[in-house]
Amino acid sequence: MGKTLFEKIWDSHVVVEKQNGPSLIYVDRHLVHEVTSPQAFDGLRVNKRKVRRTDLTIATMDHNVPTNNRALPILDQTSAVQIRTLEKNCKDFGIKLFDINSPNQGIVHVIGPQLGITLPGSTIVCGDSHTSTHGAFGALAFGIGTSDVEHVLASQTLWLEKPKPFEIRIEGKRKNPHAVTAKDIVLSIIKNIGTGGGTGTIIEYRGQGITDLSMEQRMTICNMSIEAGARAGLIAPDEQTFDYLRGRQYTPKNYESLVDYWKESLKTDNDAKFEKQYTLHIDNIAPQVSWGTNPGMTCDVTESVPSPDEFSKGDPNQKKGAEKALDYMDLKPGTPITDIKIDRVFIGSCTNARLEDLIEASKVIKEQKISTNVRAMVVPGSQMVKKQAEEMGLDKIFINANFEWRESGCSMCLGMNPDILSPGERCASTSNRNFEGRQGTGGRTHLVSPVMAAAAAIKGHFVDVRELDLK
Amino acid sequence: MESFKNVTSIITPLDEVNVDTDQIVPKQFLKLVQKSGFGKFLFYNWRYDEKENIKSDFILNDSKYDDSKILVTGDNFGCGSSREHAVWALLDYGFSVVIAPSFADIFFSNCFKNGLLPISLDQKIVEKLQQELGAISIDLEKQIIKTSSEEISFEMDPYKKKILLEGLDDIAQTLQFEDKISEFEKKSKIPSVL
Repeated sequence: MGKTLFEKIWDSHVVVEKQNGPSLIYVDRHLVHEVTSPQAFDGLRVNKRKVRRTDLTIATMDHNVPTNNRALPILDQTSAVQIRTLEKNCKDFGIKLFDINSPNQGIVHVIGPQLGITLPGSTIVCGDSHTSTHGAFGALAFGIGTSDVEHVLASQTLWLEKPKPFEIRIEGKRKNPHAVTAKDIVLSIIKNIGTGGGTGTIIEYRGQGITDLSMEQRMTICNMSIEAGARAGLIAPDEQTFDYLRGRQYTPKNYESLVDYWKESLKTDNDAKFEKQYTLHIDNIAPQVSWGTNPGMTCDVTESVPSPDEFSKGDPNQKKGAEKALDYMDLKPGTPITDIKIDRVFIGSCTNARLEDLIEASKVIKEQKISTNVRAMVVPGSQMVKKQAEEMGLDKIFINANFEWRESGCSMCLGMNPDILSPGERCASTSNRNFEGRQGTGGRTHLVSPVMAAAAAIKGHFVDVRELDLK
Repeated sequence: MESFKNVTSIITPLDEVNVDTDQIVPKQFLKLVQKSGFGKFLFYNWRYDEKENIKSDFILNDSKYDDSKILVTGDNFGCGSSREHAVWALLDYGFSVVIAPSFADIFFSNCFKNGLLPISLDQKIVEKLQQELGAISIDLEKQIIKTSSEEISFEMDPYKKKILLEGLDDIAQTLQFEDKISEFEKKSKIPSVL
């Protein structure tokens, strides 16, 4: 019987296989950031262990960093300590660090692909659940906890139970790909299969709806695999994938011979079997807006906030969850999504802060101003994205519209730095999680695409971006 | 890691589904650089209001559960962020077992690195356990939960069980395979980054 792409990558990374129980899997790339690593380095010190492969380990600081003036000292002392701790750990253990002043600094899942560190057919881990992003390149990439960070630092391996392959087919063509984006595709998937729908699996996204997407859009899809409960999501590499990585700063010297090898080896066999299957037809899907407190609580922009009964379809636990979510979000069932007024807009995060996201959002803005009731910010995913955007003049479009134009970092996706919502504030956000308090205690998050966020900034409430001229 | 000891205690019923790790430990407490002391931040935004007053209607604020070591909760517990701080907080608060119909993958894996026992049981059994008023006992060796009226067996991967019972240092185990790791590295096709 044939193998799936995931199984091929898995099999080529097994170091030790046991009759029963987990396998020891080799890690080709380990990405490290300031929040989930300090305790791991401490563990190494206590046990007098070294980092096994400093040449496969790359660090940056993203979660905590301020996104305003980088020349100023970091005011939050606990953040400053965590950032200094990463600097010291990288120095002590000999790890390459892109620090706060590096032109390569940025959200770890944005810089990996941009620098050519992410490679097809490789295994990539990071102490961050959105490591699934790198799966867009046909890598097996997943988030790990801090104990596993320590394990990888010490051994370059991990003990893992083999997950089950899950095929998600995206069929059809979007009528207006500028208005209905990769974000809307992945939110539609999560809405349909649920936030636990992918638990215990690795998703392979397939079909024309996927191959039609750019690399940056594919990253948005794979990024949110974890929001469906899957540890990782991946997409078979094609010419677009190989082109994207060619000639980047850390692209390997023998890249072309690797490409030849990958072309042969990195695809699912025709007779391979998936344990689970789901198909989404995208010809008629609408822009998506989340209304609740997990990414599965999402509906079309043309719909109204559902009642707990409509949402739960008879499941009492889901009904209770929806009631609690509506209470937290201060929303009434039956309210049209386009009637929901917003206070804040956040364009950023490892889901949607790449160059293409900013270009698309800027097309919505053109020469308009944001609503006077809205405070909006753009936080580019990396310093390199910021520079490229500025070279294209995108910063001026956003600034003229009264957006704040920031330095790169995770920022208000999780509000570990000063960029947070005040209690009760409602935000149209291009990030990945609408959990209670995620963007600030008492803050209310609606997940949307960059174009939907930009349109909401201008109008002061959600609008169906398909009705705007996006040429 | 300390080895897992059998537990007898009343349960704390947390009747919620999809409890994410942002709720278990909110992000403002992830800035610490040590593993200890996270118990006081457990479910912080559910325990305290915006002015840091205790929310009396939240289950953990009911003093009768103060000595409970077993959390019984809903489907997909621990979803979202990979933060291991969630496991550190549950342990530091005093829980040593979490029972739910299902767990998110990363949280589940993190439990075993720290000595927290996650038990997944059929939804109906979990719902019944949530009603249990008296103490229940958990025997990991025998894989049995004893309540006042019955014995419930649970599934556990033998390797994971061994790790918990013996409190094994995962890394020390792995480094015994040093020769295999080196051998793998010699034939690896993926070049180094630098």
